[in-house]
Amino acid sequence: MNQAVDDERRLVKEAKAGNYGAFEALVHRYERKIYNVAYRMTGNRHDAEDILQETFLKAFENLEKFRQESSFYTWIMKIAVNATLIRFRKSSRPDTVTIDELRGDPQEFHPRVVIRWDENPEQKYSRLENERILWRAIRRLPAIYRIVFWLRDVEQFSNAEVARMLKISVFAVKSRLMRARLELRERLTPYYGKKGEQNKLQGSAHAHVEVH
Amino acid sequence: MSKYIDGELERELCKALEKHLKGCDRCRVVFDTTRKTIEVYRDSEPYPIPAEVHKRLHQALLNRWK
Repeated sequence: MNQAVDDERRLVKEAKAGNYGAFEALVHRYERKIYNVAYRMTGNRHDAEDILQETFLKAFENLEKFRQESSFYTWIMKIAVNATLIRFRKSSRPDTVTIDELRGDPQEFHPRVVIRWDENPEQKYSRLENERILWRAIRRLPAIYRIVFWLRDVEQFSNAEVARMLKISVFAVKSRLMRARLELRERLTPYYGKKGEQNKLQGSAHAHVEVH
Repeated sequence: MSKYIDGELERELCKALEKHLKGCDRCRVVFDTTRKTIEVYRDSEPYPIPAEVHKRLHQALLNRWK
């Protein structure tokens, strides 16, 4: 781990000194990740490619200013997220996020379906089918939830890092994350839930389960 | 519950929640499936970057470097 960190610091230093090979090595290391995150955030390959290029061109232009206070990956992800948010604000496509949405508080959310899942639910499907199931569930989430979920739970950035990237409070990160997790759970249940199990919410005196 | 999943819950509350989960079927299912939701996404394969996308990126960077 430390070896990788040292290695990265060295590459950044060399790239700053004008070594293109060092910069290219950094790009190689993270281009796939940035492309993937951009694709998950925008849901569109064309936008993902634009964001990918924009991110590394910007990283290149601003390399001098990068003081290595965070990792190179955190730094470029911040650039990528910023490029995505600017794109969302400019665009009027229905799937994208508005500024109001970005400021708005998540509404309360209560589970509607409570069904146990199979032990290893993803083994019921092929890799491609799983991919489709996961993608279909996440792309219908409002972008503000999708982005928070992806950065926090998949990329595993900290609450504070995600808050800084999105310019929102840590509290907002946490509440959107909770909402995203529960929404996704609900949408995956038809695929991964145990067959023949009854919804535990049905016939219950409690209309909902407190999950906060 | 989200805090519990992230290991951020204070010790006392943690114990209280664990006790509740033992006795409450519904909450336990919500908790288990939420944790599993995170796992399936985390374990999903990232897309390979298309060869042309990779090529165009490196060409654009090289042009700028010169």
